[in-house]
Amino acid sequence: MIIGDPNPVDWVSVEQLRKLYGLDDPLHVQYWNWLKRIVFLDFGRSFAPHGRPVIHMIRERLPITLTLNVIEMLIIVAMAVPVGVTSATRQYSAFDKATTVFVFVGFATPDFWLAVMLQILFGVHMGWLPISGLRLPVWEYLPFWQQQWDFASHLILPITVATFGGLAGFSRYMRQSMLEVIRQDYVQSARAKGLPESVVIGKHALRNAMLPIVTVLGLSVPGLIGGSVIVETIFAIPGMGQLMVQSVYERDYPVIMANLVIVASLTLVANLIADLSYSLIDPRIRVSRRGRR
Amino acid sequence: MIAFWRALSKNRLALIGGAIVLVLALMAVAAPLVSPHDPHKPDVKRILESPSTRHWLGTDQIGRDVLSRMLYGARVSLAVGFVSVGIATAIGIALGAGAGYHGGPVDGAVMRLVDLMLVFPRFFLLLAVLAFLKPSIWTIMVVIGLTGWMGVARLVRAEFLALKEREFVIWSQSIGASAFRIIWRHILPNAMGPVLVAMTLGIPAAILTESGLSFLGLGVRPPYATWGNILNEGKEVIELAWWLSVYPGLAILVTVLSYNLLGEGIRDALDPRLRQSVGRFGGRGR
Repeated sequence: MIIGDPNPVDWVSVEQLRKLYGLDDPLHVQYWNWLKRIVFLDFGRSFAPHGRPVIHMIRERLPITLTLNVIEMLIIVAMAVPVGVTSATRQYSAFDKATTVFVFVGFATPDFWLAVMLQILFGVHMGWLPISGLRLPVWEYLPFWQQQWDFASHLILPITVATFGGLAGFSRYMRQSMLEVIRQDYVQSARAKGLPESVVIGKHALRNAMLPIVTVLGLSVPGLIGGSVIVETIFAIPGMGQLMVQSVYERDYPVIMANLVIVASLTLVANLIADLSYSLIDPRIRVSRRGRR
Repeated sequence: MIAFWRALSKNRLALIGGAIVLVLALMAVAAPLVSPHDPHKPDVKRILESPSTRHWLGTDQIGRDVLSRMLYGARVSLAVGFVSVGIATAIGIALGAGAGYHGGPVDGAVMRLVDLMLVFPRFFLLLAVLAFLKPSIWTIMVVIGLTGWMGVARLVRAEFLALKEREFVIWSQSIGASAFRIIWRHILPNAMGPVLVAMTLGIPAAILTESGLSFLGLGVRPPYATWGNILNEGKEVIELAWWLSVYPGLAILVTVLSYNLLGEGIRDALDPRLRQSVGRFGGRGR
């Protein structure tokens, strides 16, 4: 089914093309054929003039999106955990109030707007940072360390934009979770037996407070990947998000469907990792095998 | 109810948020009365004029008044927010209530459908669906609604699971009231609190989503002005006309912020324990 069908004149070639792509079969047959093929990661060929196999296009782009998302995730955790813990242990302090303001503003800032503003400010007016792509065109001819710096400097703005909202959210959850944990009895008793405050917070409280955070982290993966659509489009990063937008503009249905399958699989894998990592943080939770309870 | 208003009226931030929400809604409704110029009328003699007393927020590439376009844009953005959240809430209540009340295979089926929908990053799903449909304001509303009901369904189901064990429900069952009547008249009114919070936090999320789609050129099409649209056109000339990019973004920020403050205020006033279940992701669209 193609609603955006062009209306060409040469009906014979149209029929030939339909046959070639299997579009003359009934819908349920087409769908079944598609399902049978994706088991072998065969997503067909792109409708674009180059007609490349979709899986090749994805293979080029998936590593880029994955790398960006993993870096974003690490930055979010590395920054949100200390911020959340600090604002929980010093509730209502100036630091806590400042982060609360940041959280609300961070939640409400449209990422595409932030991206454009940063591009203009740091890329154009100050000229400090590149605003599109991943590498300079002359990248190959640069010395090694300049290559690294060039790549890193291309990532600064996109990663700032992508982590902004997530950072706000996570420092909030971390604060909330920590506030609940430090009221518990075992935290009091850890203090009572004379442990230094850093051990009480850093070991006893933090471990328990991390547990809900891991859940939220797993659940937020679709959000992060979804955010790559905007970020990759604005910063011209050749990843999955940009591919998705391009294929929607071009009504390239095989690519659109393949994209959906891949990002859904990523979400599933992320949720699995989150489930498995519970047992690392909390030894009481074990990944149980059936029949061995 | 009185306790609720008392708690809400003590929360200054929520009141400010509520006031801004109200003012925005009024301005959107009264857009034809309050906008200083015709939002669609080009004026080729005044292209890309910076903000002045005549055009408070400047003009765009074909000389249209940005303030007027933003006021009309508020209409579209708020309408998309309200309608899509209405659709999402209706679906969420219907499925969540059925699942929670009947349990068993109905519950299993609904919850698996929810899991299935949650596997797709929302923005990818939206783009994929939009690629198959003719773009219009109505398509956007329906599609955002159809991809946003899962949270409400989970919420309503959880409420129903707890409420259906209560005595007033068991008594109604014992005098032979129909399932529909019990759900609609007895349980649902008691479950509306969290739903109201989810709706208040859902509207800014929908506004962010719509403006994001419009910014990509895949949302509401011109000649309709929306904040996302103005930004989309503005980014082409951002070097010449910063006002086309700064003001619509600020408008989105302030709107989303106000709705979030109001929603969180309502939630805390209803029951602070709701923090656990409702709005864990605040009002963020994807």
